[in-house]
Amino acid sequence: MSDTTRFIPDRLRSPMERRIKSWETLLLAIAIAIFITNSFMSPFFLNAWNLSDMTFNFTEKAMIAFAMALLIISGEIDLSVASIIALASTAMGAAVQIGVGTPGLVLIGLTVGLLCGAFNGFLVTRMGLPSIVVTIGTMSLFRGISYIVLGDQSFRGYPPDFAFFGQGYVFWVISFELALFAVLALIYYVVLHRTNFGRAVYAIGNNPVAAEFSGIRVARVKFILFLLTGLMSGIAAICLTSRLASTRPSIAFGWELEIVTMVVLGGVSILGGSGSIPGVVIAAFVMGLVTFGLGLLNVPGIVMSIVIGALLIGVIALPRLWERWRLQSKTR
Amino acid sequence: MLMKSEAPSDSLRTEAASPVLSLKDVTKTFPGVTALSEVSLALFAGKVTALVGENGAGKSTVVKILTGIYQPDSGLIEVDGNPARFSTAQDATTAGVTAIHQETVLFDELSVAENIYLGHAPRGRFGLIDTRAMVDQARKILAGIGAQIDPNVKLKDLGIANKHLVAIARALSVDARVVIMDEPTAALSQKEIEELYALVEELKAQGKAILFISHKFDEIFRIADNYTVFRDGALVGSGCISDVTEAALVKLMVGRDVSQIFPDRTRNVGDEILVVEGYEHPTEFADISFSLRQGEILGFYGLIGAGRSEFMQALFGITRPSAGRVRIDGEPVVIRAPADAVAKGIVYVPEDRGKQGAITALPIFQNVTLPSLRRTSKNGFLRLAEEFRLAREYTSRLDLRAASLDADVGNLSGGNQQKVVIAKWLATRPKIIILDEPTKGIDIGSKAAVHEFMAELAEQGLAVIMVSSEIPEVLGMSDRVIVMREGRVAAQLRGDDLSPETLVRHAAGI
Repeated sequence: MSDTTRFIPDRLRSPMERRIKSWETLLLAIAIAIFITNSFMSPFFLNAWNLSDMTFNFTEKAMIAFAMALLIISGEIDLSVASIIALASTAMGAAVQIGVGTPGLVLIGLTVGLLCGAFNGFLVTRMGLPSIVVTIGTMSLFRGISYIVLGDQSFRGYPPDFAFFGQGYVFWVISFELALFAVLALIYYVVLHRTNFGRAVYAIGNNPVAAEFSGIRVARVKFILFLLTGLMSGIAAICLTSRLASTRPSIAFGWELEIVTMVVLGGVSILGGSGSIPGVVIAAFVMGLVTFGLGLLNVPGIVMSIVIGALLIGVIALPRLWERWRLQSKTR
Repeated sequence: MLMKSEAPSDSLRTEAASPVLSLKDVTKTFPGVTALSEVSLALFAGKVTALVGENGAGKSTVVKILTGIYQPDSGLIEVDGNPARFSTAQDATTAGVTAIHQETVLFDELSVAENIYLGHAPRGRFGLIDTRAMVDQARKILAGIGAQIDPNVKLKDLGIANKHLVAIARALSVDARVVIMDEPTAALSQKEIEELYALVEELKAQGKAILFISHKFDEIFRIADNYTVFRDGALVGSGCISDVTEAALVKLMVGRDVSQIFPDRTRNVGDEILVVEGYEHPTEFADISFSLRQGEILGFYGLIGAGRSEFMQALFGITRPSAGRVRIDGEPVVIRAPADAVAKGIVYVPEDRGKQGAITALPIFQNVTLPSLRRTSKNGFLRLAEEFRLAREYTSRLDLRAASLDADVGNLSGGNQQKVVIAKWLATRPKIIILDEPTKGIDIGSKAAVHEFMAELAEQGLAVIMVSSEIPEVLGMSDRVIVMREGRVAAQLRGDDLSPETLVRHAAGI
């Protein structure tokens, strides 16, 4: 029994060392490998404008994926995001018919997104329902409203200046969407990794009970995350509608699974509690590169979804197999 | 650990009949804790043996060894005088040992018959479960114990008492010779308890050996034939129940020199800081009123299920009371969520460290700063240097042992995890700290550190509420003790009124 206080170091591994051995680094290596393969496979790949076009494959989905990443880290999920896009787009299309201008359309898109997010958040945090069930329900509900409004029709006639969000360029080959993607990536990075709110998200995802016992208002944080996811869906709806210049009820059909795929590929645990924004950013590029590369090779869409699925399973399974093999060889 | 103990009575060994099942010199250790040290136990056909001891005396460990969940480090298990090994729960079942647990381990979504026969259902053609035979046999067993339960209903549709009967029926379905009942009456009403007694008599008449674990002395004296007393993992006495008095049994159970192992402190009780009036909950507790002063350690003693933790969690805002008022420093306060309680200076160190206390997958420093982030951050942005500083300040006061402050809490020992949780709350600079079973399941060294620290906090003027089921801890640490029984305050004790016997008497209502 000595009185000397033992000194406990802050850290044993430096943040840099941790970063090098991380999932994100592995993913980045994969992204680079795909990039190099693509550039050998197709002579059209290494072209600034082609690469710029490629980014449209993922920017809208990635915007939602950032908010979805926070939501999944907190232990919840929102499968209604693509349907929120449909509903927001339908609302904007209807507004166009009565002559609402671009600022009004943007406001409507954002408001519908927020309201849908609030509805999901209310059902999950206030009524205590499981988010997977709630958002499967609202997935049908929101898109169902679009179908009722539109049937097999479509809304067109968006004002010319509305086209900027999905078709405009900020600087040279940098599209508005790509710039927005970059800004949002930065914002979400700061929120998740540099603020008290982000810390609360991790705490809740790892142990909601202990987080509540630690004085975190768990329900409030989760409600905000649903709001954010709704808002991002609204923003994506504006970009997508602007890019397509029309609204059909089937708009963004099936995106929810691609977005969840992107998040999980980015290293976010589907069970909650861990993951990072840089991971999701890289995963967005990986998915964009794969779809674009296969597109350049004229591979049909069905095969593309097979490749994405295989990629997801492979990338998730490999590190676990590697870890298991390493542990086994250690014990022998 | 050394202690003065009475020599075990030898009356059992001279009894004519040989035991159906016995333990001989069984020792079981866990990292840092000796759960059982050379204990012996004998169970006889047609006899009820009561196993008595405080919480943590080693009763549950014995049950787990007898049912094949734990394996002893040394010592013998004998069935009919022949050495046996229970490597798995299946081995114990095959040997005819079955247990009815305190919290029934049954399946809500399955039918009564399926619950009774899960794992050993009668098989029909092609090895499929013969549902009709299963239901018929289940009905027979249920009728045999006088339970009027339809074997086809789902378990979740039954009340707690009927669930117990199903658990008993399940125990009997395997043709058991030894039935272990672990606090079977804890959740039952008086009428249901009477029915259980009748059932125990019935089982005795069938020649089954019964191990009956209970805290309630009235029922021990009513139905047991023999007794065995454990204290701190050691056998301290056994014999015929007719040869012993209640007082003697209590003394065996708690008797040890309490004052030495607990820190001395200058009692420095100040102003009244917390007043609770008429706290009530629809099902868990009722009419709880008390006050607490600065620098005071108020112990809450009671049996498991007396409503102590439930009350504390209501006070901390986890659950809402249906009635009652709280004043802090004379000001009425409303606590709707833990965040409110923390803001008013009440913090709660829960009993269930892994689930409620620590976030085991996060590093130490993040656990410590979680409720204090507003102080370590600036405009909502994290400042890691501040976090490490705060974490270091409070963990070093508790003499935390860890490789680094960046290590995950899950990698620490139970005692060190508890230190992290306590450090987390102290870093919020609370006025009132509630410690729920603060030393449960932690090693002796950490225990002493926690006790010492608790005393230090009280000296510095913090008001401490300590919920504990360990009598020596309650007596050694508290200035005043509230004993709860069945959700109500049974007694408020201080000074000379405080003794192991009074605590046990008020807690058990004898």
